[in-house]
Amino acid sequence: MSGPLEIAERVIARVGDRAEAEVTVTTGAEALTRFATSFIHQNVADAVRDIHLRLAVDGRVAETSGNQSDDASLDRLVQSTLDAAALQPVDPGWPGLAPPADGPGVDHWDDATATAEPDARAARVGAFVDAARELESAGFCSTEGVEMAFANSAGQRLTGRATMATLDGIARTGTSDGSGRVSSRRLADLDGGAAGRIAVERATASADASDLEPGRYEVILSPDCVFDLLSFLSLYGFNARAVEEGRSFAKVGEAQFDESLSVADDVLHPMSVGIGFDAEGTPKRRVELIRRGVTAGLVHDRRTAKALGAESTGNAVAGGGSFGAIPANLVLEPGTVSPDDLIGSVEHGVLVTDFWYTRILDPRTQVVTGLTRNGVWLVEKGRIVRPVTNLRFTQSFVEALGPGAVRGIGSDLTLAGGGTFGVGAYAAPSLHLASWNFTGNAQG
Amino acid sequence: MFEIAEAAVEAALAAGARHADARVMDRRHESMTARNGEIEGLTQEGSVGLGVRALIGSGWGFFSTADLTADAARAAGAQASAIARASASVPGADLELTPVEVRQDHWSNDVREDPLSVPLSEKAEMLIAASRTMREHGADTANAAYDIWDTTKWLVSSEGHRIDQHIVECGARMDATANGETETQRRSYPGIRGQYGTRGWELVRELDLPGNAARIAEQARALLTAPDCPSSDAIDLIIGSEQMALQIHESVGHAVELDRILGWEAAFAGTSWLDLAQLGTLRFGSDLMNITADATLPGALGSFGYDDEGTPAHPVDIVRDGIWVGVLSGRDSAALAGLAESGGAVRGDGYNRLPMVRMTNVGLLPGTSSLEEMIAATEDGILMDTNRSWSIDDKRLNFQFGCEIGWEIKNGKRGRMVKNPTYTGIGPRFWQSLDMLGGESELTYWGTPNCGKGQPGQIGHTGHPAVPCRFRGVRVGVRS
Repeated sequence: MSGPLEIAERVIARVGDRAEAEVTVTTGAEALTRFATSFIHQNVADAVRDIHLRLAVDGRVAETSGNQSDDASLDRLVQSTLDAAALQPVDPGWPGLAPPADGPGVDHWDDATATAEPDARAARVGAFVDAARELESAGFCSTEGVEMAFANSAGQRLTGRATMATLDGIARTGTSDGSGRVSSRRLADLDGGAAGRIAVERATASADASDLEPGRYEVILSPDCVFDLLSFLSLYGFNARAVEEGRSFAKVGEAQFDESLSVADDVLHPMSVGIGFDAEGTPKRRVELIRRGVTAGLVHDRRTAKALGAESTGNAVAGGGSFGAIPANLVLEPGTVSPDDLIGSVEHGVLVTDFWYTRILDPRTQVVTGLTRNGVWLVEKGRIVRPVTNLRFTQSFVEALGPGAVRGIGSDLTLAGGGTFGVGAYAAPSLHLASWNFTGNAQG
Repeated sequence: MFEIAEAAVEAALAAGARHADARVMDRRHESMTARNGEIEGLTQEGSVGLGVRALIGSGWGFFSTADLTADAARAAGAQASAIARASASVPGADLELTPVEVRQDHWSNDVREDPLSVPLSEKAEMLIAASRTMREHGADTANAAYDIWDTTKWLVSSEGHRIDQHIVECGARMDATANGETETQRRSYPGIRGQYGTRGWELVRELDLPGNAARIAEQARALLTAPDCPSSDAIDLIIGSEQMALQIHESVGHAVELDRILGWEAAFAGTSWLDLAQLGTLRFGSDLMNITADATLPGALGSFGYDDEGTPAHPVDIVRDGIWVGVLSGRDSAALAGLAESGGAVRGDGYNRLPMVRMTNVGLLPGTSSLEEMIAATEDGILMDTNRSWSIDDKRLNFQFGCEIGWEIKNGKRGRMVKNPTYTGIGPRFWQSLDMLGGESELTYWGTPNCGKGQPGQIGHTGHPAVPCRFRGVRVGVRS
């Protein structure tokens, strides 16, 4: 079996001097063990192999991907891409190839996770199910280990590898669900029993909930909810493509957020996972997006960097040129307050475990609608008073994090990933926000 | 390719599976995008591989590989059984499969013009013309794109299925965005997700993107100065067929997926508000509401000859005269629910995904009204169309949907255009307020090419026959 760099070199050699070419090859293993009604019902594994080629012939650009690495298949891949490019009009936005540059030297890898057998995942699922005891449980345990190589005809060569493991489940009482989840680059860090116990606590504490009148409330948002906020801010805001097209709220240099907030895309952070370079072969680096409330930067791929006179930040996504650049390792700087103390500081508010089905209504204003899930409680004078049924919100995320809007930041920095759009894995703490607009409850 | 799949099945059985099936799938996808009058990207993706499914006890094991040698296929079959065996450490009751007639067959959809044979230069010219026209008529950002999928798959099962299918799908989309001082407004054509079907390039020609470009760009610009949709807790709402497709997809299609009803998707996609004990008696909507799931509709995006378990495509009644009567099911979920047969709704997204319950063509049977008759019959209401946002709870009950454009209706006439229209409701309450239903002439087989479900994630292609409808007493105009 050929390694990814060797496959990439064979592709580049086939292109020769006929085009500017860049190729990314990914190999590895992805596996996921899924459980529902307290037993494993779906259990899958895939031997991953993907070859993604982009080339430009005198500015005429085409992209092709395939998953066969024999000589004949690579010949076809290269020739079909050259043929397609020749029929294309010149792309005036073609930014050219990334120059040779060293990667950031990250190696988010764990051998045991990369080679994990189905028994190892099943054991963690079993611990979660056992912890839930008489409650029904559901969720998954996944492991993945991928190696990636990048090569282009400008001489850039990069290799990287990454592992990731996640255990994510719910316990169910019949009138409520509670969630427990943990992610790490190491499967060994996943304690199925601990996640199961958290899920049980949340499920039992939110059982027999009653409705809450919609309106504006203070909120405590869990790290998973904050992950959702960061995803929308990134996709529709800090994405330089959105700025270029006038769809973004982001104005670099302006104090658009509460001064307590600092956010960076940081592949070097100790909690980060993933590969140290992007789909164009640009090494990732730390990019500050919010510095003490001030919008500090944007994420770029080579196309937006060319258009706006900036440098690529290493955030290009394969095949995502029309969408723009996406951060993969956002970190919201944690505070020093424990989650319990955050709750203790709430006068009249709502504690939310998870968001669900969040969708943007207007990218410029960042108005998003969505629902709560897996545990919601009314908090009064610093104490949890009662569980409430799920609520719908319609809220501007920029406004919710605006100057003066953040009342506290938790110390519970947590890795969360695979959210609504499956983008990256972000590290975020709990947040206490001054106001959140709940626009409906279980009655509509 | 049948031999590769057979080797995998035999190996899975030898390793202890009591049932196994395998699919070899060869899929090509071509997509081109234009932005502001220039081609921005051409992507051609190809994937070919084998996925084998083995059943031991209560759970499936699934393994997939891109290596299509006999040795690799046998290894994949054995691995699928090993994975299924690992599931036994957290067991449930043995999973059974409903019976299905074993067939050896070939199926392909009708294609008048092979979309992959249309010259790339011609396709590019169409997208350039459409996006350039939108720019010339007021769009700050104008996008146009098409997609083509060409899929061949070979299914072999331990029961003797041997079925190959060739399915060609294509379609196109475009959108115009106008930027205001504090907001953006967008218009899409023919809908937010475009329009797709199991058809050839003739579908894209019929859409006529360039011919509709000026209109949607001008509407996007006009929306910036239009008044906001008024807020009301109870108003008559007329919904165009594109938004109705989304309404059906989210609040009916997902709710009647049997895997959700059984709790198999509880932790992620969610469950359903529907209780199997009420199948056949529960009132879902008004008497006008008739919904079918029919994978035999020619040209619709959710059509095929056989699902990925070898069940022949056939129509399934979901809601009849407002009463919930059917579900979307596969052989395992149907058996667990005590149904006599599978609904034939199991498909996998590529060779490397476990087949699961997916919508086929879930749609409304048409009525007798026209959109103009609905408007004429409405004293005070709102007309909305073209989906802009969609959000619904994990039981598929509580929804809030936004549209790109709306119009006030006063005294039976369409009035001024309004922006940011949204409406919200509770599924059965909303559907029971349906009182006017568009006729056959207004029926469109909408195609949704991006339905997400499952872990690992899968993208499904679904169809939704829809007509304009009127609903009474709906909450509209929710704001931040």
